[in-house]
Parts: sequence; C-alpha cells; structure tokens
Amino acid sequence: MTRTARCVLFLVAAAVVAGFFVAAAMHMPPFGGSFHPYRDHSVLAALRHATANAVSSVNFDQRGLDTLIEESILLGSILGSVTLLRPQPDEEERQIPDSGTILPSTKLVGYLVLPLTLVVGIDLVVHGHLTPGGGFQGGVILATGIHLLYVAGSFRAVEGIRPLTPYRLAEAFAGAAFACLGVATLIAGGGFLADTIDRGTFAQLFSGGTVPILNGIVGVAVASGLVVLFASFLDQEILVRREDRKNSDKGTARS
Amino acid sequence: MTAIIAISLILVAAGGTAVVLTYDPERQAVTLSALGVLLTILFVALQAPDVALSELGVGAAVVPLMIMLTVRKLRRPK
Repeated sequence: MTRTARCVLFLVAAAVVAGFFVAAAMHMPPFGGSFHPYRDHSVLAALRHATANAVSSVNFDQRGLDTLIEESILLGSILGSVTLLRPQPDEEERQIPDSGTILPSTKLVGYLVLPLTLVVGIDLVVHGHLTPGGGFQGGVILATGIHLLYVAGSFRAVEGIRPLTPYRLAEAFAGAAFACLGVATLIAGGGFLADTIDRGTFAQLFSGGTVPILNGIVGVAVASGLVVLFASFLDQEILVRREDRKNSDKGTARS
Repeated sequence: MTAIIAISLILVAAGGTAVVLTYDPERQAVTLSALGVLLTILFVALQAPDVALSELGVGAAVVPLMIMLTVRKLRRPK
C-alpha cells in the first residue's frame, strides 16, 4: 500500500471514529458536575456488599468476570513474551562476574527504599478492599520493588531471591484459583464470582466477602507474573549472548 | 481544585508532546516515565487514586523499563 493510500485510509477511518466519538460525548454527563448515574449505582452496591473501596467492589465483585478476563490477558501476554525471549539455539547464557561500580548514594537509597516498597506493596494488596489500591497495584509495586535490588546491589543478588520456578507456578496457580473461586461461588448458588460468602462488618479488615480473597489472588498473580516477565527481559539484556560470530549475519536478520 | 486540574491537564499535554517529540527511543523511555508521573498527578487531582497507583506502577516504571531493556538489547553490537 502506498503512502497516499495509507493516509487516505487513515483520514477516512479517523473521520468516522471522530464523528462517533463526538456524538457519544455529546450525551455524557458534563465534566465536573454532580450527576453521576453509574457512581450512584455502584457505590450503593459496594455499600450493600460491605466493601469500603467502591473501586475494588466494581473490579472484583460487580464486574468480577471482566477482571478474570484481564487477568487472563496478562497471563497470555506474559506467556507470549517469555516464549519470544527464551534463548535461541544460537544464543547461550553466560555467567557474568559482578562488574561495574554502583554509586554509594544509589546503593543507600536502594537498600532504604527496598523494604519500604515491599511493605507498601503488601499493604496495598491486603487493604485493597478498604483503601485505594488492590491486587494489581500492589502486585506491580512488589514486582518492581524486588528489582530495586538490581539497581542497588547486583544481578546476582536478584537471581538469588527469585528462583523462577516458584514464581512461574504461583502465576499459573493464582490464575487458576481466580477461575476456581468463580466456579465455587457458582456451585454455592450465587452465580459466577458472586459475592456469596459472609461479608463481615463494613470497613473491617475481614469484610467485603470475596473481594479481599480475589485481591490476594490477583496480587500474587501480578507480582509473580511481572517478576517472570522482568526476568526474561533482564536475562536477554545481561546473560544471553550469541554463541559465535560465524552465525552473526544469519542472526542479524532475525534480531 | 479546578486550577489544579487545569494545571495538571496542561502538564500532561506538554508531557505527551515531549514524548512524541523525543526521537531517540532510549531517551523516549525517560520522557514516557515523566509523562507517567504527570498522569499520576492528574488522576489524583481527579480523585481517582486507584488508577493513579496503577499509572504510577505501570506507566512510570514497568513500561519505560521494558522499553529501555529492549532498546539496549537491540543496540548492542553483535
């Protein structure tokens, strides 16, 4: 397709999208106003289900199926990236000596912030049904927090605290646990991922029914999934080298 | 509050433009990370702390890191 044809195709498509977008936006409640029909319904439902964080209630209770699908998308994309990034036949993993110097200030900040980040991450997962945050946010912060050790310490130190097999298993089992909990609530008679178990007292740690359980499951899934993802990226960057230069012209075409 | 929202919207627009105008992908990862922080501020101003936390984790840390690692891997002389 020529450049002109592509431009024309883009402009026509963009005009159609823009038309529908404007038409849809015309019927939206005005920005900054007090008319929020969706909020009124979802906050009421969250209160009925004793979940203090209405956003978590929407994510894991009122729209649990959507989150299950998001979780599957994350699982699928991590699986795809890990498959693409695994060492190829003409590449080999080398053992690297710890080299390079790290600024003492970087080291200090890294080691100070590392435990803090892990605590914040766990807090976000555990209190996801009460305060802003939740399994996804906490999981991302936990996974990135672990890699502060790479910034402050060394790649070897990171490898030491993340033997990959447990993380891979955790990612898979957490994904399965999400679906299994959905089936369990279905059997219990409430419908798929319905909030059927005891909801407890509003704003207490043990409240919100299935929401904190799903938060924990998603926290484990996201944290371990991202650790596996980072591991394959970092391994490609640090460990994997092409075996010899004879194959290099064959290899360049692919890379 | 309206002033804070207006300022953060302008900052996000400026940050987005800066990302588009950064030609070198390695530098673009850094400007993208800065845009993530600006978006986080905007989401907090719009009273969406949950989304702000996601944006801070994914937009400001995870995505720029993966871009940086990919660009470095591709740039390395064989």
